[in-house]
Amino acid sequence: MRWLSQLRMKTQVLFGRRREIARLENELAFHLERQIAENIAAGMNAADARTAALRTFGNPALLREQTHATWSWNGLESLLHDVRYSARSLCRAPEFLGLAVGVMALGIGANVALFTVVRSVLLKPLPYTDSEQLVTLYEADSHHKGAHRHLPVDFGSFDIWQSTARAHADLTAVSPFQDYNVSAEGGRLPEKIKAAWSTWDFFPVLGVTPAMGRSFTAQDDRPDAAATVMLTHGFWMRRYNGDPAIVGKTIWLDAKPYAVIGVLPASFMFSSAFGGNTVQVWAPVRHEAPPWLISTFEDHEFLVVGRLRHGTTLPMLVGQLDALQKQIQKSHAKPTVHDGAAGHSTLDDAVETYKTPLYALLAATGCVLLIACMNVAGLLVARAAARSKDQAIRAALGGGRLRLIRERLIESLLLSAGGGALGLLLAWCALQWLLHARSDMNRVDAIQIDGVVGAFTACIIAVCALFSGLIAALSSTGKDVLSALQESSRAHSGGKARAQLRRLLLALQVGLTVVLLVGAGLLLKSYQRLRSSDLGVPVDNVLTMQLSLPDARYKQPAQQAAFFEHLIERVRGLPGVERAALVSTAPGEGWNGDQTMSVIEHPPLPMTEMPDIAVRGADPGYFAAIELPLLRGRIFTSDERLDRAHVVVLSRLAARALFKDEDPLGKHIKASTGTTTYEVVGVVGDTLWNVGEPPMPTLYWPIYGNNYSFATIVVRSTHDVESLALPMQRVVSALDPDLPVSDVMTLQEAIGKSTIDSAFDSMLVLAFAVIALLLAATGLYGVLAYLVAQRTNEIGIRIALGARRENVLRLMLADGLRPALFGLVTGLAASAVVVRQIQAMLYETAPLDPTVYAAVTATLLLVAALACLLPAWRASRLDPMQALRSE
Amino acid sequence: MGKPNDLVQGTLDLLILKTLLPAAMHGWAIAKRIQQISGEVLQVQQGSLYPALHRLEQQGWIKAKWQESETGRQAKFYALTAAGRKQLENETANWNRLSTAINLIVGEI
Repeated sequence: MRWLSQLRMKTQVLFGRRREIARLENELAFHLERQIAENIAAGMNAADARTAALRTFGNPALLREQTHATWSWNGLESLLHDVRYSARSLCRAPEFLGLAVGVMALGIGANVALFTVVRSVLLKPLPYTDSEQLVTLYEADSHHKGAHRHLPVDFGSFDIWQSTARAHADLTAVSPFQDYNVSAEGGRLPEKIKAAWSTWDFFPVLGVTPAMGRSFTAQDDRPDAAATVMLTHGFWMRRYNGDPAIVGKTIWLDAKPYAVIGVLPASFMFSSAFGGNTVQVWAPVRHEAPPWLISTFEDHEFLVVGRLRHGTTLPMLVGQLDALQKQIQKSHAKPTVHDGAAGHSTLDDAVETYKTPLYALLAATGCVLLIACMNVAGLLVARAAARSKDQAIRAALGGGRLRLIRERLIESLLLSAGGGALGLLLAWCALQWLLHARSDMNRVDAIQIDGVVGAFTACIIAVCALFSGLIAALSSTGKDVLSALQESSRAHSGGKARAQLRRLLLALQVGLTVVLLVGAGLLLKSYQRLRSSDLGVPVDNVLTMQLSLPDARYKQPAQQAAFFEHLIERVRGLPGVERAALVSTAPGEGWNGDQTMSVIEHPPLPMTEMPDIAVRGADPGYFAAIELPLLRGRIFTSDERLDRAHVVVLSRLAARALFKDEDPLGKHIKASTGTTTYEVVGVVGDTLWNVGEPPMPTLYWPIYGNNYSFATIVVRSTHDVESLALPMQRVVSALDPDLPVSDVMTLQEAIGKSTIDSAFDSMLVLAFAVIALLLAATGLYGVLAYLVAQRTNEIGIRIALGARRENVLRLMLADGLRPALFGLVTGLAASAVVVRQIQAMLYETAPLDPTVYAAVTATLLLVAALACLLPAWRASRLDPMQALRSE
Repeated sequence: MGKPNDLVQGTLDLLILKTLLPAAMHGWAIAKRIQQISGEVLQVQQGSLYPALHRLEQQGWIKAKWQESETGRQAKFYALTAAGRKQLENETANWNRLSTAINLIVGEI
């Protein structure tokens, strides 16, 4: 029971401390009263009795304190006392408080925000059952020269993979590249939506159960089954207002009826390296895909997602599939059949592209935090220097060294905690902005501040407090109390040592800043390169708009061609349209199809050496509208359509790939998969299919007749081309009210879209670098101002003895610039090593780009000189008489 | 005059516990009683008494209660707890062992 009474006492003195203190007073007073009473009884008068009693009683304050000291929680009490004391003394220096808390808030906020992103996007498991068992598999090809190691899979190979690997993994196929036109119904506009086809077991393998209705079954996933579709939660909420009776209803996709069998849960989101997070509806692949697509080995439209069985590892599975794919390639020896397999975890598949940039950003924020800590440590050192006498007196009066260090630490803990709280708020704002600005990023919806982030913030606060507090504390609690007490303004041994420490901190800050600046400079330059990369055609005032005709309504090629011709004629008639044309895919707007081609007049090449050429359908007006220069021959004519559409125009690269230096005009080519031969009639310039990727050899054939059911309208205007979007949409809906348009954007916007990653990364790193530069500059200013204040006397003597003011200026400037120069050199050296890590993020920019390094050096020197100029100038303007008198 | 400070460390605790064995008392009474029983040899100073009382209370050997004193004023009365009784036994045994040992040495010379 003893522990119970101990506990009772502990709670009493913890929560009723005031009452306990009053009781102690009462108890002691009672004792005194009895003593007085006894003295009076012994014959003294009241006054003498009291005096005598007080004398025997001794020092009441000491007694009170000694008794008090036996209570529990004294450590806590003195801690609280120190906290109160530190808070009060911080509040007395509001500028210092504001500066230090602000600096910490920037550093901590940036780190917390980035940590949240890295954790939510890269580290948190995917929201599927046992998601670490999920893998995404691709094909690989030893002849493939592109940057991407992972190639999509053909359904023929998938079928073989699935049945062969059944003992080791459950494999499913997904094609997230599909789209449908949703017909206008119930007052809703038609729209074109992204869709995915999957094998029926895709959702069971992921472990996703629908929020409403049911998943696909094997019966749905057959060519002769009834058409079924599952809606994503977002699409169901948006288009059908969350209609609770949607399951069982019929919706019209591409002018065909589909029964809605289920709605996916809100948490479900499919992301892959090939997109997928904009998919709105899911449909069973064997019902949707044309028969040839699910038996071919040559058309690669699928990703394979699998769940490893117990005891199987990813390398085992990939090894097995790789061997299998080599056999498949042998038995179907064609250049378009791949000869290998590759794969990684499904999580990696979704986020691999973000890894390097996010970790680079995290490293940048880490630098900012380190700089912020050093900055605050520098401020604390200066503060400690200003209070060195006060500290020395306390030490002389018996203040324990540890207690003094503890006070420093508490002070820096208060600063960091304030900064952390403010930083958390900043991080929250930053994340809201990110969710808004980067909704295209995979898994961006998983970003949230949770308990782990809170714990991380607490850790950062503690580390920052320790780091900056210890530097300051160790610099200020020298053992030589006496020398500090004696140190007059004329003898600065302690002050000098402290300034040395601050200079070192400063050099480190400058070094880190230089690394950040170099990183930002390289990314910025790379971004500029990307933005200014030449698409091959003038990009100003060009609007593009896509549409695709549903097979169900436009069955015949002649119907499609007639619709397109009718459409483009009407668009050309719109006021403001200078030129308009149709093309299957506009420059800079994606890959969209390639074929291996051979020349009829040449001896047949081995399959692997046939050139791979991007294929575009275009109408005769396209080249003039987009201003793609004709280099040789002619463009096709408007009557080369349907049965007569067997002519092609090659891009310069395509002509070289097929014909080397030969004259291509009049020669014939054919696709390796087809039988039709095409006559080459002209050669035009090259265009980029995507900004940041090398140009691809391209051929153009007439869009009227080469089986095109989709097209991009390209419109060039002299000004305000965006304002044509609405009239163009009206033209389309006048021709077919069920036909939606999509991807309405200018070529400029298309470029912006494909450079958004680069823009985002370079802007953020630049922002961090600027923050770092500001911090370093204030640090530099602070140190020099402090040095000048310390040396006021000395400078006064120098001037009095005849030193010229320019000399004083030069002396002080050199003093301030030395750490900056030292930091600059270290920083440049460190950058040269560090930037190799971000090489993958750079486009046409060498990691050791001399202009960037030169610009960084110049910027830093300029900022450092500006920061040092004011204190140095002040020093040179000192009035010697006043300087000498000042103590 | 032997002051408690000169006593063997911890002896004051023993004296207080022993004094409280028969009945609960307030601080003044404890000091008086020790003085009386020791034949005025041991004078407990307030400076030692109250810290000791509070320490014993914090450790749970004794517990305090506010009640009316003989003069009619409210005073803090200390009483032994069960744990305190056991502690008294231990400390008495310790003291006996120690004093016998010291007596042996002192008596020898």
